[in-house]
Amino acid sequence: MTSLVQSVDWLALAPPALAAGAALVVLVADLFLPERRKPLLGVLATAGLLLAGLALLPLLGGERRTFCLTTDPDTCSYVADPFALAFQFLVLGGALLTALISLHTVRDRQVPAGEYWFLLLASAAGAALLPASRDLATLVIALEVASLPVFALVGLVRDSRLSGESALKFFLSSVTATAVMLLGVSFVYAVTGALHLPRVADGLADVPPGLATLATAGVALTLVGFAFKAAAAPFHFWVPDTYIGAPVPVAGYLSVVGKAAGLAGLILVAVVAFPSHAEVWGPVVAVLAALTMTAGNAAALRQRPDRAHGAVRLLAWSSVGQAGYLLVPVAAAAYTGASGGAVGTAVAYALMYAAVNLGAFAVTALVVRARPAGRIADFRGLWAEHPLAALALAFFLLVLAGLPPGVIGLFAKAAVVSAALEAGLGWLALVTAVNVVIALVYYLRWTADLFRAPVTGTADGPADGGASATADGGADGGPATLSAVGAAAGPAESPAAGAGSATAAPRGSTKGAATGTTASGASAAPGVSAAPGGAAPLRTPVSLAAAISLAAVLGVALSGAPQLVLRFVTAALF
Amino acid sequence: MTGLTTGTVLPYLLLAVVAVPFLGSVTALLPAPPGLRGRGPDQAVLRHGVTVTGAVLLLSVALAAGFDRGDPARMQATTDVPWIPALGTRFHLGVDGVSLPLLVLTALLTFLCAVHAYFRGPKGTSARGFVALLLLLEGGTLATFAVLDLLLFFLAFETVLIPMYFLIARWGGAGRERAAWKFILYTLLGSVVMLLGLLLLGLRGGTFDMVALATDSPSPIGHGTQLLAVLAIGAGLAVKTPMWPLHSWLPDAHTAAPTTGSVLLAGVLLKMGTYGFVRILLPIAPDGMRTVAPYLGALAVAGIVYGSLACLGLALPPSASPRSASPAGAGEGPGGGGGGGDGGRFGGGDLKRLIAYSSVGHMGFVLLGIASLTPTGVNGALFANIAHGLITGLLFFLVGAVKERYGTADLDRLAGVSGGALYGRAPRLGGLFAFGAVASLGLPGLAGFWGEMLALFGAFRPADGLNRPLFLVFTAVGAAGTLLTAAYLLVVVRRVCMGDREPGHSDGAVPAAPADVDASVDTDGSDGSPGASAASAEGMGAREGAQAGGRAGPHAAAHTAPAAGSGPAATAPVTATPAGTAPATATPAASASRGAAPPVFADVRGHEFAAWTPLVVLTVLAGLWPAVLLGLTDPAVQALLTGGSR
Repeated sequence: MTSLVQSVDWLALAPPALAAGAALVVLVADLFLPERRKPLLGVLATAGLLLAGLALLPLLGGERRTFCLTTDPDTCSYVADPFALAFQFLVLGGALLTALISLHTVRDRQVPAGEYWFLLLASAAGAALLPASRDLATLVIALEVASLPVFALVGLVRDSRLSGESALKFFLSSVTATAVMLLGVSFVYAVTGALHLPRVADGLADVPPGLATLATAGVALTLVGFAFKAAAAPFHFWVPDTYIGAPVPVAGYLSVVGKAAGLAGLILVAVVAFPSHAEVWGPVVAVLAALTMTAGNAAALRQRPDRAHGAVRLLAWSSVGQAGYLLVPVAAAAYTGASGGAVGTAVAYALMYAAVNLGAFAVTALVVRARPAGRIADFRGLWAEHPLAALALAFFLLVLAGLPPGVIGLFAKAAVVSAALEAGLGWLALVTAVNVVIALVYYLRWTADLFRAPVTGTADGPADGGASATADGGADGGPATLSAVGAAAGPAESPAAGAGSATAAPRGSTKGAATGTTASGASAAPGVSAAPGGAAPLRTPVSLAAAISLAAVLGVALSGAPQLVLRFVTAALF
Repeated sequence: MTGLTTGTVLPYLLLAVVAVPFLGSVTALLPAPPGLRGRGPDQAVLRHGVTVTGAVLLLSVALAAGFDRGDPARMQATTDVPWIPALGTRFHLGVDGVSLPLLVLTALLTFLCAVHAYFRGPKGTSARGFVALLLLLEGGTLATFAVLDLLLFFLAFETVLIPMYFLIARWGGAGRERAAWKFILYTLLGSVVMLLGLLLLGLRGGTFDMVALATDSPSPIGHGTQLLAVLAIGAGLAVKTPMWPLHSWLPDAHTAAPTTGSVLLAGVLLKMGTYGFVRILLPIAPDGMRTVAPYLGALAVAGIVYGSLACLGLALPPSASPRSASPAGAGEGPGGGGGGGDGGRFGGGDLKRLIAYSSVGHMGFVLLGIASLTPTGVNGALFANIAHGLITGLLFFLVGAVKERYGTADLDRLAGVSGGALYGRAPRLGGLFAFGAVASLGLPGLAGFWGEMLALFGAFRPADGLNRPLFLVFTAVGAAGTLLTAAYLLVVVRRVCMGDREPGHSDGAVPAAPADVDASVDTDGSDGSPGASAASAEGMGAREGAQAGGRAGPHAAAHTAPAAGSGPAATAPVTATPAGTAPATATPAASASRGAAPPVFADVRGHEFAAWTPLVVLTVLAGLWPAVLLGLTDPAVQALLTGGSR
């Protein structure tokens, strides 16, 4: 072994490499598989992601490095430290959940299977590479590998004009951000003459006075690029349009994996490469965090329940708000340093957020299958049709809101706020707290909707909401439930209830059904028992059910033992 | 790492008290196992609720029996294991003399609510959700009183929000959505601020363990931090308590909540706020409390006076013209089922609203006692806490029963329409109501007396360092408040139990002598009833109309009677019924002027006696032997005020 040849540690490299390999396998297999065997591609991709995730296991023990400089074996381009492993787990797990959610979408929406799975795997490979990269060039490449396939994924639904438009919007704004970031990287390189993050940190610590402005500009511009990927305000405007144009699983993927990649990059660059300029980026990130959460939550609050794609739009804005919470510990890290608990708090929060947000998207995908309009109003009465899905979604939303029984959400938020307090950012803690309340309003409003009487125009819903819900319910269980209740209500003299107000009518009929069928008045029972029979088209695909239950199990497990993710707060990450 | 410290069975009892409701809540959602199906899914799950809450009550009584009364200042039945080391959060449970009475009170009231729900059935949709939420609420409340870790306290404090929100929003009366929102938004805004304060205390104090923080002396937390923490935590607790001027969610929530919700809200949820003051702020941030105490006292007496005046305004009869345009205006279904039109809320004189405002006054006494920072005052506060839970719980049960029978809780209509009112129509109910009201105004010999007297004593001689003249003023104003309280409660008793003296003001009806006009008086919720005429529309009319229909026999709607019994449900169809049948078939009285009431209706029923007797007995017991309770709280309070419990 001469000193010029690097020895590559393939085991350390395995997670992103396996994902990339699976992408190639899928692409090639697509050429040879007959049309009717295409669903096999999805299985292949899911298995690839699972394998890549399992490849993380042997790495858990210690820290592995590869692609190191032969002259300085401590300066490496790829480091599988706990920070990288946590984010790789997040990325691969998120991609796996996305794959499970997508299996039926690809079939239902006539998305070209080969392309879809290849792009998803490629993007996942890039996102998995990113948190382990330790030089600016690899970081930029990984970020681009993670995001370029997503542009195509967003625009993949051929028959949708919205899809193409949102892909273009996403592409243009993203490319601009990349250009800005590359400019920043080149400035930093010009100042320090290094690309490896530790060396950049050393270089920036001792900048010649003449280059100080250049260094500051380089730091700021580099951060802009990552802030864009993490959808921080004011670089968040692409989010809602992109999400609603994309297939629901892709929107979920973007909101979790895309955001995690951006966040991981931001943390690496800010905390590892630019610690000496903390006084520059610390306040900036803090302000960005406050702006992001406020903008996202305020916009989410304003979503009307009867607007088309309202559910995904709300999740999109709420994910902007959540990105704000994620940035709080990054800002705090500017004051407490990389070894403090701040970075770990961000990791823990990101892991929690990934599980439950994908869960919420999974339930949304389930509902959108039957009701393509995807309005919040379409979720009304989900409890009667799909009790388990409704409970799961309620749980996910409450975790996102940070209210019990979503214990992990509450503790993750407490950790974020306490990181801000520890860093002396009292104002940011206060802004975060207020935002938690704002966010709670829309999360809880949605949750409450799930348990309302199905398909009604209740007081706060416009009358046409109820009417059109019934109309477009042709494909779903809505009318079945209604007619079942109506039939049972007949003998109990309830048809006249139709003359009552919109609020009273359905309630009256439900009640009538209850007293008509059982002595003790089992009000919801007829509706519930009628639903499974009548709602055949809404039957849950196995993969989707698996995704929802996986997310729910994760959420419940984390709520029972928050230490599972919160241990990152005290762990040594780098 | 100490694990279960006490070698006895007590820690397991406490763990079970906290855990059983949560388990019961989850199992309530599962289908009933074979053999426990009962007479139907609803009956089975309601019975499940009674079983679980009964078990929790038994466990808590056993805990109280095993509690070492000789040393109530010591934390007993402690469990202390690390839960989230990363945040320094420990799963630390324990009870002392301060929390034990509250635990038992919570278990008792929830059990009584479950019994009530079993016999009355929750109105609206499925009983399954109702029971699950009730148990979740119980678990959260019990956990709040049992935990000894700041973050765990916050978690438990928040746990009750979701179930209470849904209890109000789904099973409440008119205006329930808005009231539920108001409830949860106020409380949440308070509690996120509280979280900041708790984190501040924990981070500066170096631990989140309440006992450790309380016993650390000298406190590692500086005065500035303490003040900040007291302001932040106090804000959250004050919203919950509620302290004037942060109280405005309470009347709405109470008015809209179902009987069960009102009882638990007043009986135990409000206590979480005052308990927090005593458990967290007094021992952990004493310096901060000392600075804040005068302001707290001022707000407390403002609450006392404000609550009393608001109640007086609600209680007094409208001076000149009739308050509501249409006396038959609106009623809600029995038990506060929602949906139908409602005039009570707008009429103002709603009894539930009145009791809610009276709670603001009573909690003012509690806060005044705490603000005095003396053992006397704090003991009074804790005693008043328990007394208020018992008495107001009883009152809300009683008002719920009145509302079931009359279809309204509007004071003017109760006083006006009914003439002979409760004493004549349902003497035992009337007697109980008078008892509850008199207990609430603090008659010596009943539970309400001691707490408020001790609180005033405490304020009379406040802790060293506090401005005594100022507190003397507080004492005087608070004492005046007791007079106002007595005034409005006596007015209420007179109007509800005896009726208005000049009946003309309400709707011109002349109260008729009690006349037994109807055989069907024993039917659930039936009153043979003033308003069976077509004029009495909506909720109230609906039920009576159905009754009339039932009596009419051949009418097609014969079996709407049970349906109408379950609430405002079929408002529209049934309202149509009396138009056709009532004038023809109903009793002479009913077809006569609507006010000529035949005032016979069901008096206190068996299960109601069962549910209310414990509260009555305890009210009397606590009034006659306050030492039982004070003996528990006093040593613990002394310890908390002088550097924490051991």
